[in-house]
Amino acid sequence: MLKVFWSVLHRDLLLAMRRRTDVLTTLFFFLIVVSLFPLGVGTETAVLRTLGPGVVWVAALLASMLALERLFAADFEDGTLEQLLLTDQPLVLLVLAKITAHWLLTGLPLVLMAPLVGMQYHLTDPAIGIMMAALLLGTPVLSLIGAIGAALTLGLRGGGILLSLLILPLYIPVLVYGAGAVELAAVELTATRPYLMLLAAFLLSSLILAPLASAAALRISIE
Amino acid sequence: MLQVAQLECRRGDRLLFSGLDFEVGPGTLLHVRGRNGSGKTTLLRTLCGLYTADHGEVHWRGESIRALGEDYRRDLLYFGHLNGIKGDLTGVENLRLAATLDGDKADTRTVWAALARIGLAGFEDIPTRMLSQGQKKRTALARLILSRAPLWILDEPFTALDTDAVDLLQQLIADQVANGGLVVLTTHQEVPLTSGQACHLDLGR
Repeated sequence: MLKVFWSVLHRDLLLAMRRRTDVLTTLFFFLIVVSLFPLGVGTETAVLRTLGPGVVWVAALLASMLALERLFAADFEDGTLEQLLLTDQPLVLLVLAKITAHWLLTGLPLVLMAPLVGMQYHLTDPAIGIMMAALLLGTPVLSLIGAIGAALTLGLRGGGILLSLLILPLYIPVLVYGAGAVELAAVELTATRPYLMLLAAFLLSSLILAPLASAAALRISIE
Repeated sequence: MLQVAQLECRRGDRLLFSGLDFEVGPGTLLHVRGRNGSGKTTLLRTLCGLYTADHGEVHWRGESIRALGEDYRRDLLYFGHLNGIKGDLTGVENLRLAATLDGDKADTRTVWAALARIGLAGFEDIPTRMLSQGQKKRTALARLILSRAPLWILDEPFTALDTDAVDLLQQLIADQVANGGLVVLTTHQEVPLTSGQACHLDLGR
């Protein structure tokens, strides 16, 4: 069973390596959106420190959203998705492998770019550390919840817009606690603990529920 | 083996077929015929469990395919209108992945041998998007060589193939039937069998 998980994960990563532009677009989108704010609102340290956490998280949401549409759509178009549905492997596992690949390609790089982005907003070192931790916990939730929407809107005309309308409201808790943790880190580092715990709780519950929901949604969408 | 009782399917408001009954056993080729739009593909996809019938059920070895779930899919190989191969992956990578997912033998030698037999020697490690329509179809059909599934459901497998590939595919289907397998297919081509029996099902009358 683990072998199947690995082979689907490996497949998606290999496909991304062969089509690097798709991945790079998302990352540059994130970088550019985040960099536009200091240019627009001026370079005053106090303003940027207040804006920073929120802007980084909103940009992360949008960047994760951008790649979401292709999560199942590419497989749907060339028929590999129906073959995945017809294997004797649990669909939940295959879906989880695809979500993991999505996170490795769009979530993890955001975590790694966080220090660079934090510097633009004059965030303190502890705040940057907390931001990385929060992104590390929060971005997988974005991929997991997003997969449900991607599966539901599969094959629909104008699916991309619908997907955003469906999924962005569900991202709100992650946004609130993710940005909240970073803001608090500037004031009192130990106070961020409950925020991170909550993000971890979101991660665990969506890790269990989202693949199940996405698998069910895929079966409906393929009909 | 494969049994269908009072099957009814609609697409949108249109009734495609209703009250469909048949039962086919091992070593049989079931040839589904009918004009375009008569519901052949819908029937095959319903047999796979990709579509839910509006009425009636499909049974495999006496049990409903819904209840069997993964156990049914282990016995099934479906080949649809879409090839189900990734254009950015090579033939070897595609076939290996398909075999791993189907639980078939997927070591390098078997996979290369299968591609050579299907007539793709020399094209094994080229991304499949660079291949011609017929060659893409051949790559997808190479799964039939590796497959040990007793039930094959093939939707128009002969389109875009040249005469050599048609002969080979006919041979593969005949072998599957001779080995006690069950093949359900739609095609406008005749498939000569060496042993086993062939039946016809006509839709849209």
